[in-house]
Amino acid sequence: MIRKERLPVLEGLVLEEDYSLTLRQVCRICTVHTEHILELVEEGILEPTGTTVEQYRFRVDSLRRVQISCRLQQDLGINLAGVALAVDLLEEIEQLRSRLG
Amino acid sequence: MEYKDYYEILGVDRKVTQDEIKKSYRKLARKYHPDVSKAADAESRFKELGEAYEVLKDPEKRAAYDQLGADYQGGQDFRPPPDWDGGFEYSGRGFGQNQEAAFSDFFESLFGQRGAGAADFRSSPPQGQGEDHHARVFIDLEDAYLGAERTLTLSSPELDSEGHVRMKERMLKVRIPKGVKKGQHIRLAGQGNPGMGGGPAGDLYLQIEFNPHSIYRVEERDVYLELPVTPWEAALGTAVKAPTPEGPVDLKIPADSFQGRKLRLKGKGIPGKKPGNLYVLLRIELPPVSSKRDKEIYQEMAKEMAFNPRINLGV
Repeated sequence: MIRKERLPVLEGLVLEEDYSLTLRQVCRICTVHTEHILELVEEGILEPTGTTVEQYRFRVDSLRRVQISCRLQQDLGINLAGVALAVDLLEEIEQLRSRLG
Repeated sequence: MEYKDYYEILGVDRKVTQDEIKKSYRKLARKYHPDVSKAADAESRFKELGEAYEVLKDPEKRAAYDQLGADYQGGQDFRPPPDWDGGFEYSGRGFGQNQEAAFSDFFESLFGQRGAGAADFRSSPPQGQGEDHHARVFIDLEDAYLGAERTLTLSSPELDSEGHVRMKERMLKVRIPKGVKKGQHIRLAGQGNPGMGGGPAGDLYLQIEFNPHSIYRVEERDVYLELPVTPWEAALGTAVKAPTPEGPVDLKIPADSFQGRKLRLKGKGIPGKKPGNLYVLLRIELPPVSSKRDKEIYQEMAKEMAFNPRINLGV
C-alpha cells in the first residue's frame, strides 16, 4: 500500500451551487441513461431550467438527487412517484435535523 | 470463515414462504437504507440484508443454502462441503454505485464471486472512457474556514488477468480549499475511473459534507452558536469571551439582553465571495443556589424586584 504522506495533493475546481450541468454531463457523472434522467424530470424529482431537452441545465445538487433516487429505486423497489416523495421528505428531515443542531 | 444465518438476518423462520421473505426484507431494507437511516451501522446492516435476500429470494439458491442444514449458528466457523457445486451465475446491484463492497467470503464460497454491479439503467461511457466517479467527503467546520487536506479511498472496477471485473482500491489526497460549504462539489479532472483500452479516465466529483459539530450549527454559509450567559451579564451588559471557528473573540453583550437574543458577527461565518455571518444566540443560565449567601441574594431579589413573568397569561 502507498504511504499516505507520499501521495501528491490534488487540487480540484469548486463548483458553485449555481453551476449548471447539461443532460449529457449529468448522465456521465451519475452513469445513468438519458431516458432515466428524463423520467426523473417528468416526475419533478429534477427541475432543470430550459424548455427543450437540448437546453436543459441542471443545478449541481441534482447529482445528489439522481443518486439517491437510483439507490432507492434499486434497493427498495420504490416506483418513481414514491421516490419523488421520499427524496423530498428526506431533504426536509435533513433541514430540520440541521436546525436542531 | 464465518457461517451466516440468512434467516436470522432477515428476522424470519426457516420455514417461511417466499412472500414473507420479501416482505421482511423490504421492511428491514427501508429501516436500514443508508439514505434513510442515521444509525452508525446502517450501511453494514443494509449490505448484510442484501446478501441474505440475494440468497433467500431465489428458490434455487435458498434450497442450496438450506442443504447446509440448520445446525450452524451465525458466526460459527464454516467450510463449504467438499461436494459443493457453486455453479451460480450472479450479477449484483445495490447501494453505492461505484463502491459495491463484495459480499462476504461465506457468500462467495457458496455462490461465487459477485460480478460488477450493473443496473439496467446505467449507461457505459463511450470509447473506453473511464466512468466519472461521485463520492462524498466529510470535513469539519473549521476546515471550511482554513482549508484542509483529505485522503480518500475509492474503489473502481478493473479487469484482472482472467478478465473478471474486480473492485480495486486506490488512495487520493485532495486539497479542500477554504470557503467550501455543504452540498458543494469539487471536480477533479481525470481522477475518476481509469479508461479501458487506453481511453481517458473519467472525472471525480466530490460532494462536501460537514461532520456534526459539538457547538456550532451551520446553515449555508451562516454559523450559529448558542452562548450561555449569566442573568446579570444579560441585564447589565458586558464583554465576554466567545468561541468562533477561527478562535476566541471578545463579544460585547448589550445591556437589557434577553433570552435567545441574536447577535450578529458580520462576515464571521464561512468565508467566500459572499462570506456568511456568525450568529450568537444568548442563553441565560440561572446560577444554582449552592450557599446560604446565594439564597439570601435570591430572597433579596424576590423582595425588591417587581417582576411577574406570567403577566401575559392573565394570572
